[in-house]
Amino acid sequence: MKVEQISIFIENKSGRLAEITRILGDSGINIRALSLADTTDFGILRLIVNDVETAKTVLKEKGFTVSKTEVVALEVPDRPGGLSSLLQTLDDNQINVEYMYAFVERCGGNAVIIFRFDETDKAIGTLKDSGFTILEGERLYTL
Amino acid sequence: MYYNEEFETLPRPALEALQLKRLRSMLERVYANVPFYRDSLNTAGITPDKIKSLDDLQRLPFTTKQNMRDSYPYGLFAAPMEEIVRIHASSGTTGKPTVVGYTHKDIEIWSELMARSFVSAGAHKGDIIHNAYGYGLFTGGLGAHYGAEKLGASVIPISGGNTKRQIMIMQDFGSTVLTCTPSYSLFMAEEAKAEGVDFKKLKLRVGIFGAEPWSEAMRCEIEEKLGLTAIDIYGLSEIMGPGVAIECIEAKRGLHIWEDHFIPEIINPETGQRVAEGERGELVITTITKQGIPLVRYRTRDITSITYEPCICGRTHARITRMSGRSDDMLIIRGVNVFPSQIESILVGIEGVEPHYLLVVDRNENLDTLEVQVEVNELLFSDEVKVLQRLAKRIEKEIKDMLGVTCSAKLVEPKTIQRSEGKARRVIDNRKL
Repeated sequence: MKVEQISIFIENKSGRLAEITRILGDSGINIRALSLADTTDFGILRLIVNDVETAKTVLKEKGFTVSKTEVVALEVPDRPGGLSSLLQTLDDNQINVEYMYAFVERCGGNAVIIFRFDETDKAIGTLKDSGFTILEGERLYTL
Repeated sequence: MYYNEEFETLPRPALEALQLKRLRSMLERVYANVPFYRDSLNTAGITPDKIKSLDDLQRLPFTTKQNMRDSYPYGLFAAPMEEIVRIHASSGTTGKPTVVGYTHKDIEIWSELMARSFVSAGAHKGDIIHNAYGYGLFTGGLGAHYGAEKLGASVIPISGGNTKRQIMIMQDFGSTVLTCTPSYSLFMAEEAKAEGVDFKKLKLRVGIFGAEPWSEAMRCEIEEKLGLTAIDIYGLSEIMGPGVAIECIEAKRGLHIWEDHFIPEIINPETGQRVAEGERGELVITTITKQGIPLVRYRTRDITSITYEPCICGRTHARITRMSGRSDDMLIIRGVNVFPSQIESILVGIEGVEPHYLLVVDRNENLDTLEVQVEVNELLFSDEVKVLQRLAKRIEKEIKDMLGVTCSAKLVEPKTIQRSEGKARRVIDNRKL
């Protein structure tokens, strides 16, 4: 039910993103989804990749600080109001979203939203009970 | 102009005879009352009665800041607590401050030496002295305050901070003399400009600046921007506070050290041996009239040189040159003494923080800035921005709480701070002094 995401600490200086994507590319790792949180001094790059362990290893070898986090991927219909009902359900159940990012599936026409909750298991239970589709990690990595 | 003409212009032979007499009397007092000095003199095999000339001073052991820390808080006091009327302190390297105590007589002497310093800088009775040195445990505020009162000037005890109000008061009260750190004076000038106030139209005539290192270039800038004569003053709480030495307005070349109360020596910080007149070295001071906490050959760690050449102002007291650095790694940031080791001990106290750090000191808009760079390892890292921001805030707060200095914590990638086989480079000081 959970998806593994890797997060990488990057200083706010030129060429860091290029460096990370080059390392991953050289190791044959495909990036499925990404989001970048930025502040004035640093950024956190969050990635969903097709091979989490290899990605983590190669980036650590190059001196990056990398961590693995469990996130939840949800499928929502790609139409107006699709996300709204999902967020309303979370709010009704007092589930906090730490952050989220989205992309649109290549086939099937649904949007995929990656969520980081403060209480992951509670969120999964609530969303399943409410009938939302939670994507398995395997499916996402190979999408 | 002198405050105490007799003593300020005492011919050197008489001055040196007075120094020897006072040195012996002080040594007798510490030998009798301070176990630390009794032990250290006994170990060195010298007793006060064996001091026959000022040259014999070289036979005495040094006193260091570490000795003061080891005897925290009152161990080096030579007078009983019933006679101590004031206690000041300065920051120390382990979070414990260095404590000094003053008797009534100490305060009186300090006030006189500060009054002499004011006159040396061109101030006089009738001046309105805007005292923006901090009041509190720091000696700057009260030291200048008592001297101003002793002189008979009107003192405004404004202390530091609240710059807009400072400018309003300087304008409305007609301040003629400004006392503060040199960097703060320039900061005030910038603020005034932003407020539409022309500093040069204020009545300020003289500025007495100290408590942090500055340069001739900075003097030119201050004199130009503030429209006043800028005078360098030197002091440290261990010895007394402000007013240990000051430039005279007549020459503005070197700071007269009040030799009837302090004996200065310049040593090679490596060997501990005296260097020749005019050569650079570490300033060592022996206080010869202090009662509360007299110090024998105190190593100030400040680098300067000394000259005994007569000065055009007529004072016979030796002059030390502007401080050009430190023989240890102490930083002075906005007048606050900071040792990198203090920051290190705060950082390693925070779980997960590694002892790899870099301090970047700069001067922005005339105010010192301190950036503390810390590497983000896996223990500290989080995928959430707020967690990392909280870490940076915590570092900033702990440093502020412990050392009283504002800094900005910058999180950097691992292994980006230079490792070194020998002495790691922990400080980059970009200030152009």
